[in-house]
Amino acid sequence: MNLVLEPLAYAFFVRALVASAIVGLVCATVGSYMVMRGLAFMGDALSHSAFPGVVVAYMIKGPFYIGASVAAVGTALAIGWVTRQGKVKSDAAIGVLFAGMFALGVFLFSLIPNYVGDLLGFLFGEVLGIGISDLISLTVLGVLVLGTVALLWKELLYSTFDPLGAAASGLPVSRLDYLLLVLIALTIVISLQAVGIVLVVAMLVTPAATAQMLSKSFGRLVLIAATIGVVSPIVGLYGSYWLNSASGATVVLVESAVFAAALATTTVVERLGHRIEQAAA
Amino acid sequence: MRGLIGRPPAEAGARTLAATPLLVPEAVIGAKVGGPMEAVGAPIPAIRLRGVTAGYGERIALEGVDLEIPTGALVAVVGPNGGGKSTLLKLIAGVLKPWTGTVEVLGARAGREAHRVAYVPQAELVDWSFPVSVWNVAMMGRYPRLGPLRQPGRADNKAVEAALERVGMLDRARSPIGALSGGQRRRAFLARAMAAEVDLYLLDEPVTGVDIPTQEAIMALLVAEAESGKAVVATTHDLAAAARHFRSIVAVNRCIVASGPADIVTNADVLARTYGEHLLMLGDHVGILDDSHHHDDPSGPSERHFHDDQPGGRS
Repeated sequence: MNLVLEPLAYAFFVRALVASAIVGLVCATVGSYMVMRGLAFMGDALSHSAFPGVVVAYMIKGPFYIGASVAAVGTALAIGWVTRQGKVKSDAAIGVLFAGMFALGVFLFSLIPNYVGDLLGFLFGEVLGIGISDLISLTVLGVLVLGTVALLWKELLYSTFDPLGAAASGLPVSRLDYLLLVLIALTIVISLQAVGIVLVVAMLVTPAATAQMLSKSFGRLVLIAATIGVVSPIVGLYGSYWLNSASGATVVLVESAVFAAALATTTVVERLGHRIEQAAA
Repeated sequence: MRGLIGRPPAEAGARTLAATPLLVPEAVIGAKVGGPMEAVGAPIPAIRLRGVTAGYGERIALEGVDLEIPTGALVAVVGPNGGGKSTLLKLIAGVLKPWTGTVEVLGARAGREAHRVAYVPQAELVDWSFPVSVWNVAMMGRYPRLGPLRQPGRADNKAVEAALERVGMLDRARSPIGALSGGQRRRAFLARAMAAEVDLYLLDEPVTGVDIPTQEAIMALLVAEAESGKAVVATTHDLAAAARHFRSIVAVNRCIVASGPADIVTNADVLARTYGEHLLMLGDHVGILDDSHHHDDPSGPSERHFHDDQPGGRS
């Protein structure tokens, strides 16, 4: 019991718990649409493309939320636009833009003369270092993203499931595509401090991919993904406290373990089901 | 297995259907319409294409299309793979913009009256592993009229229930679409179109890969919709089904080859012009060497394809 209550005495730990639970919730919700659209790779791309924004914000001592948002949303829209032109395939467009943006970030980073440990935190996450103002910004952005999804869940669902049918019935499918890209970009910005650029794709994709194996309706998928998204960071943060391990990586490992467990369980259940069917036949 | 095996003799067609009006440059079709559309008091056609050319990227899929389809029409669009059947449907649906020419649907530019149009894509374009139930799919037909702020209410539930009842899928309402047979999937999508309470149905291959009883059931529903004054336009690979079930036919192969009453598909000349080298004539029997499993049109940049033999896979 002490092991559970002890870390709660530290304000930084409580802030980290709240922040990562919010991040997990937002990531899992937006990630559910992403996974069903086959946009998992896009998450990785947009997180890396946020890096130059973070570096520039650091250089001019501005808020990193703004810098990262501009870079990630800009890249999201650029990827959407390049893909729509149809001259290169979307995975190629993503590859070109994300590597280019990340290189720009590393380039700018290397120009800074003194040691910049803070910036390294953005690569792998430093949720224990989240301050109260960061927590407030993160909450505001999180509510904005979740509110938008709550308002447009039907339209996003229809255009994800059947883009042609949705467009023919009058839904603004291309605008919804762009909107989803913007929501993904903002979700990544929210997650940068907690899990970092390199690992945020796991927060977006893993809960939804896990939930997909366990649900027959999209509503249930989002619910299961959100539950995994909220619970995993809490378990992961305790784990990292007890083991003295890196927080972001531990959270992601918890999600990966849940995924593996779900995969193993569903596989075994399916095999058993087949055997029972065969035995009955 | 494609290739020129035998060209049909022109007389064969002339014998069966000498009086069929062929290759009307400005095609006006529909069993209900006797005279020209311009006649006084004639209703606005459901669909009107004028000088339409369209395609994907650099490739032309359809060229110089003039076509009118009246309300109450039940039209099959036939033609070879890559001949532009789906393209024609997408133009009418307003999801593909023509390069030149105009597409008018229900009295306005294509896409303007979208809430009165239901489009059912071909089965290969749907991700059948998507976690939605039959009920969810049919309810999607209600989303456009609800708008972002309103949630589905009692009227929507009733409309969905009635649509599922009509297609005979009410008892499978809670089933995930992945668990359905091919025919049930088509019926679930037809329920979505019916729940939307539209005036124009656009159906891409609604009876392809569907067993005969289900084909008959689907066609009976479409006939009833057309008789109640709605327009139904469906693409099909199945010429026999087209001739049997539909009132009018539009034959396309990069352009409108012919259009008119359904029996024009028994005209060898029309067949030869539509299918070219895909056509096989053996005495009185006509065979189309056409691999109906493959996709009709090159996809747009963002289009995805799904196959059942690769669960959850995309091609």
